[in-house]
Amino acid sequence: MYQGIRISGFGGQGVISAGILLAYSGMVEGKEVSFFPSYGAEMRGGTANCSVVIASDEVTTPIVSEPDTVIVLNEPSLAKFEPLVKPGGLLIVNSSLVNSKASRTDIKVLYVPCNAIAAELGNAKIMNMVALGAFAAATGAVSVDAISKALPKVYKKLKPEVIEINIKALKRGAAIN
Amino acid sequence: MAEKTLMKGNEALAEGAVRAGCRFFAGYPITPQNEVPEYMSWRMAQVGGAFVQAESEVSAINMIYGAAATGVRCMTSSSSPGMSLKQEGMSYCAGADLPIFVANVMRGGPGLGNIAGAQGDYWQATRGGGHGDYRTFVMAPNSVSEMANLPAKCYEVAYKYRLPSMILADGIIGQMMEPVEFTTPEVNIKDLTEPAWALGINAGRAKRIVKSYDLREGYLEKLVLERIKRYRQIEQNEVVYEEKMMEDAEIAIVAYGTSARVAVAGMKLAREKGLKVGLLRPVTLWPFPKARIVELSKRVKKFLVVEMSMGQMVEDVLLSLNGRAETHLLAKPGAAVTTADELYKTIESIVKKGAREYAAAK
Repeated sequence: MYQGIRISGFGGQGVISAGILLAYSGMVEGKEVSFFPSYGAEMRGGTANCSVVIASDEVTTPIVSEPDTVIVLNEPSLAKFEPLVKPGGLLIVNSSLVNSKASRTDIKVLYVPCNAIAAELGNAKIMNMVALGAFAAATGAVSVDAISKALPKVYKKLKPEVIEINIKALKRGAAIN
Repeated sequence: MAEKTLMKGNEALAEGAVRAGCRFFAGYPITPQNEVPEYMSWRMAQVGGAFVQAESEVSAINMIYGAAATGVRCMTSSSSPGMSLKQEGMSYCAGADLPIFVANVMRGGPGLGNIAGAQGDYWQATRGGGHGDYRTFVMAPNSVSEMANLPAKCYEVAYKYRLPSMILADGIIGQMMEPVEFTTPEVNIKDLTEPAWALGINAGRAKRIVKSYDLREGYLEKLVLERIKRYRQIEQNEVVYEEKMMEDAEIAIVAYGTSARVAVAGMKLAREKGLKVGLLRPVTLWPFPKARIVELSKRVKKFLVVEMSMGQMVEDVLLSLNGRAETHLLAKPGAAVTTADELYKTIESIVKKGAREYAAAK
């Protein structure tokens, strides 16, 4: 089993946090994992992206150049990362902020209104969790349960009620297919 | 064994140094190693050590000179352009026989270059970098776990033979996160004996002087020759390398750090096609695993060096082989990373089509 993931969006959308959480969740499930951030001259409002690998064998390169799954959280990321998805792979699009449609026909595309669902749940910051939930359900690379368990371990300062709403967001995302 | 944690390479490096007894850190910020001083800034306070953000790289290395002279396990870290600034201090520490520990998390060069991971400082690290006849013990981690566990070896060798030691990592190893296990036993600094040369409060003992010069006629020659003897012992005793699928290999990849990770992926592709490829990964870059390469060349007749620099480590392979086997090079400059597919194609062209050999001087 090998799953290479790229997550991309605005700085501040939780691209890096989601990536670290995903890697940790894979580790919780006993898989080999890696996380690699793009660490260019990013700033709040600029673009940020990261690579995550979840695999049954040792991870060789942590930079995912041909992702099995791409998660795009903003408009500019769609144009940049859609072409990289492996044929037959998965593209998760945050349809709350991305108005364009994907043009590829050789991949599976999931449109997830991440911001809208987060707003419904009452916390705009958890939009990245909606995307992770959709990813977990669509790929089975990690379970929603593993991500839920990883949350308080990675983000130790989160209050229980905040963790709870994050888990709700994961489940809402997982229900989309 | 402790629970596995997910850590960044740079953080693991800092924690590894602390567990190996580091109690003084001085540094100056530069990408992609900033997590090292950041981590040390709070961790040193926890363990009763001292952290200084120096006003420059030059200051930081000279603070390390001072700390090491008192026998304290100390560290500084930087990335390529900052390491160039530290070279004067490196040479002085070598000349004063001080067991400093330095980390270089390499970025693209020369000059200010870029901030992505690269391996262009191989020559600087293994050939001295500063002026004069000296060596640095250099280890090259290829995983976050090695970032965590190699600092202990660096201190051990540095103190045993009295020379500067270095972790030479690329920015990718520094920035990536993966599960890490601290396998080397934690050093209790109370158990460390004070070195016989360390400066401190002189309670009636003989005077000690730490210096990097001797102006008396003939004395420097003796001093350097004595040091060279220690270097020869290091070459004999402290070589570390790892091999993969070398048992039946007909072609040997030689690579370190991130290049060695990509090499494993390329090697797997080649093995799937029935090409017998193995990997020799030098963990110590100096001393270089020369003897092992010579031994391998008795049955392996083709060597392929993979590096993120334009032909630096390949020279050590050429020197080791001295014409005993074919040498090829897959090189990438400017912080570009070779892909597994490129590597596979290179292997294929070497095995099947007899690609042209690499020669350092053409």
